[in-house]
Amino acid sequence: MKIQQLSIFAENKPGHIAAPCRLLAENGVDIRALSVADTQHFGILRIIVSDPIRATQVLEAAGYVVKPTEVLAVEVEDRPGGLARILSAFERTTINIEYMYAFPFGHGERAVLIFRFDDPDGAVHALQAAGINVLAKNELLTR
Amino acid sequence: MTSPSQERKPIALSYHPASAPDFVPVPLLRKLQFDRVRAIVAHATERVELFRQRMQSRKLAPDDIRTLDDVARLPFTTKADLRDTYPFGLFATPLRDVVRVHASSGTTGKPIVVAYTKQDVDVWTSVMVRSLAACGVHEGDIVQNAYGYGLFTGGLGAHYGAEGIGAAVIPISGGNTDRQIMVLKDFGATAICCTPTYFLHLIDRAAQLGVDLKSLPLRVGVFGAEPWTDSMRRHIESATNIQAFDIYGLSEIIGPGVAIECPCHDGLHIFEDHFYPEIIDPETGRVLPDGQEGELVLTTLSKWAMPMIRYRTRDITALVSGACACGRSLRRMRRIGRRSDDMLIIRGVNVYPSQIEAVLLEVEGTLPHYQIILTREHGLDQIEVQVEVTAQVFSDRVGAMEALAERLAETLERVLGIRIRITLVEPQTIQRSEGKAKRVIDKRGQT
Repeated sequence: MKIQQLSIFAENKPGHIAAPCRLLAENGVDIRALSVADTQHFGILRIIVSDPIRATQVLEAAGYVVKPTEVLAVEVEDRPGGLARILSAFERTTINIEYMYAFPFGHGERAVLIFRFDDPDGAVHALQAAGINVLAKNELLTR
Repeated sequence: MTSPSQERKPIALSYHPASAPDFVPVPLLRKLQFDRVRAIVAHATERVELFRQRMQSRKLAPDDIRTLDDVARLPFTTKADLRDTYPFGLFATPLRDVVRVHASSGTTGKPIVVAYTKQDVDVWTSVMVRSLAACGVHEGDIVQNAYGYGLFTGGLGAHYGAEGIGAAVIPISGGNTDRQIMVLKDFGATAICCTPTYFLHLIDRAAQLGVDLKSLPLRVGVFGAEPWTDSMRRHIESATNIQAFDIYGLSEIIGPGVAIECPCHDGLHIFEDHFYPEIIDPETGRVLPDGQEGELVLTTLSKWAMPMIRYRTRDITALVSGACACGRSLRRMRRIGRRSDDMLIIRGVNVYPSQIEAVLLEVEGTLPHYQIILTREHGLDQIEVQVEVTAQVFSDRVGAMEALAERLAETLERVLGIRIRITLVEPQTIQRSEGKAKRVIDKRGQT
């Protein structure tokens, strides 16, 4: 259920997001989802890739600091109320969403939400109890 | 209950024959120093114009030295004197007797040049042999010498010492860290000589490459050419199986091999038969008693091409006179924590880079690469510390990274009393030291 996301520290300067992406491309690693959190001085590039082990190897060999984190991917219908229904699963829990990002999935009718929870195992239970489908790694990577 | 790893390992003392002069009885050592200081002062007075003038203006002659305490009457020599007489003005022998010259990196203006006769090189080799012997290096060891070879004294100094003790030397010089790690592994080096910051870099890089330094036969590290701390030692010793030794020296005096830690790691033994130490108050120039902290002043007792009389090292330390558990009669100096000339004055506040380093280490747990940048904006000094993000502190959460920067800034403000801007930068972006780390960039003159 849990999916590995890689985070990379990047300074907030032109080209600093492009360089690691290019490196992954050169090494045949496909980026499936991506988000950048930025502040005035630095950014954190978060990616979900086809081959996290290989990606970590090439990035670390090039000197990047790479942090693996467990995130959850949830499929949502791309229409009003889709996201609200998922978030309501956490209303009566103490589970915190650290951050989340979304990307379109399939042919536009659906989207996938990536969640970073402080308690990923608790979040899986809450989502499944609410009847929400948590995507397995292969479902996300072999679309 | 204490965990075994927190206890200091029992000190294993074994002695190499080359260490014999380290145990000369003190009265004999003082007599030797006295005879040598008189001879070297006579030599310098006769051969070095600048020194002769200074002796004359004080109405002093070499014969006025009647006890070792009279050394305090002699004039100081400073780095400025070496620059002003660049390149050969302080040489005390004709060039044809000089077999080697070295020069400092010269970060400010002209480098300083130092010279050695054949006999001087032999003395230098002997103190390096004794240094390595004190660290437990012996015949049959493989010494990877990662000090830079060239004008810098570190490379050739350690090289001659390691060869002198009968070890096999790998003269790999500084830089090319991946190759250093490959050679460490493939050649099975048992000892390494380099700057401490470079070794920290090597530890980081080995971890990235998946090389476990603990699985290697490496057991001795001889680190010098810049000040380093006991917490750096703990970090180095926990990441490897080596025992880390601090070696002290400076080109003006001879190069590395002026003083060395013994396995007791309680100060550095000065090779007093060749270097006469004093501690002075850097403001007044007055000699301070043993135990009191001040600036280290050294007189070379047996260097003929370029004798240095009362050279002001700018290094702040104290002499320890009590007996060391290893039994050496050589006095010890405390490890160098700071230099009298590396003090930064920022908006009137005195700041030592070593204070900033201590905070980084305390907050992050390991020492990240960092650089201090001084600028002037609207007539006001600004201080920024750029800190590389390490795997230990990196988080995918923005809040955690901002909190880290804030915690660093707050702790620095508490320690130093001024606000410092912390900028987190990508790994490997601050220039690496292959010789000495360049910790401070002062752009205040340009703005």
